[in-house]
Amino acid sequence: MTIADIDVVKSADVNGEGYHEFRLGEFTFRRDEFFVYIGWPTGNHIMSADAFLRALQRDVAWDFFYGTVNFDGVFGTVNHYGTVDIFAGRFNDSYRKAELDYSENVETPRIRETFKSILEDWTNQTFDPFASPHETGSAFGLKNGANVAAITRRRVAARRMVAVPGDEEIRTDASGFPVNRMFSDVDQTEPVVEAEPGFESEVAAFNLFAYLSRSDVTWNPSVVSACKDSLFCPTTEEYILPIIHGNDRVEWFVQLSDEITWEVEDRDTGAVRSRVVMKAGDVCAMPADIRHQGYSPKRSMLLVWENGAGNLPELIASGKTPTYPVEF
Amino acid sequence: MTTGKPSAGGGVERSSYVTRFASLDDYEKGRVELINDDPRHYAFSNIFDVASRSKPWEKVAVGKNMEYVLEAVRAEGTSEWRTCAHDEFAVCLDGEVTVELVKLDSSPLPADAEGSVALAGEPQGPRMGRIFLKRGHQALLPAGSAYRFIATQTGVLMMQTIAGPDTQFRWAEICQTV
Repeated sequence: MTIADIDVVKSADVNGEGYHEFRLGEFTFRRDEFFVYIGWPTGNHIMSADAFLRALQRDVAWDFFYGTVNFDGVFGTVNHYGTVDIFAGRFNDSYRKAELDYSENVETPRIRETFKSILEDWTNQTFDPFASPHETGSAFGLKNGANVAAITRRRVAARRMVAVPGDEEIRTDASGFPVNRMFSDVDQTEPVVEAEPGFESEVAAFNLFAYLSRSDVTWNPSVVSACKDSLFCPTTEEYILPIIHGNDRVEWFVQLSDEITWEVEDRDTGAVRSRVVMKAGDVCAMPADIRHQGYSPKRSMLLVWENGAGNLPELIASGKTPTYPVEF
Repeated sequence: MTTGKPSAGGGVERSSYVTRFASLDDYEKGRVELINDDPRHYAFSNIFDVASRSKPWEKVAVGKNMEYVLEAVRAEGTSEWRTCAHDEFAVCLDGEVTVELVKLDSSPLPADAEGSVALAGEPQGPRMGRIFLKRGHQALLPAGSAYRFIATQTGVLMMQTIAGPDTQFRWAEICQTV
């Protein structure tokens, strides 16, 4: 399926608030000044437009990420890496017991283009869904322009490491990445690198903390170094992770600066399992059968460490690999 | 003191913020607050706490995902020379560490070997260069090179690599268990 083959199903006309309405399979989507309304054959759901757009932005930018992206306790997506489940109530005990849960499996290009269209149509000119609430305008109100530049940022994915010649570049004022207001005290000195002639492409280093201090987005892991399938995906966090991430593999967090509190629930039922308080230097695994949401009271630096191996979800789902990382 | 320009949300922000990094001399651990789970499932530790109890240049795993590991390394003095068949990465989290790199004329490792090994004696091959790391700096340790670290003051490195013969696993010792 190519993008040219995909017809995003949306209303011919805008509604009274100026927004198009959309359909994907049996799911319907509409918004007004404050809220988003999601419908499916066995029910319907309402979300704040602000929360919905922040979650939608991550789902689109991450191409549905690893595992489950819960927009909230009811609606979300599950990535099968080629297809995506779009669901309502699937990971909510009450919906399941009431048999009101519903899901559809959709080819990735179709849901990708539909979600991109919703994001573009429903994001107004002063709202940046990737930004902290202190750094953006409101998501609410009648249709008022668009913010295509904010919602189509290129996702950074170093093939080897940032700063290696030919790979991703460091961030600077000149490249459009000023130091964030909450990281103005972070040392910006780059490491001294002395490469002998002929080894300029092999002898490389960069200031990771300075690089992160210049990130213009929140809650958006991106690859800075790759050791085969071992991916360092640091990110800067402020306020609340706009999704509840359900794992399909173990992932690890290393708190590089400041502090984040994680609320951890059972992935499938939402039952509370723990609260994890992470301070600078702390390392914590997130098991493969949980879902989590982070709270960062001050902009912080978090290293998300992922194993990108394609066979992991199957190994874990089949029970061949445990849901937690080590036995002791 | 809250000053600064009014934000879009209606409140005001501080005029400046302090970023809280940690070090061997100044770290504070968080924890897993259990409600209905086993703390061992989280393998919760702190890199500075681990390094404070390690011998110089010990490679202590603080994270493991299948064959891949994160290692906490106490940087103190001069390390042995090591080599690896795949790229590794070192992040300096405390102190100042110099990295010396040599392109090996002949690697003792097969191309598909995983994890780093120590070299006996001085590496044979042309010098590739040096890197001077401070806190927050990340260096590439390229596949097929020999490398060693020099730390005139005690510091901490975090390694992104694959478990090798010298990786130490001490989960019961370093992780929260209750």
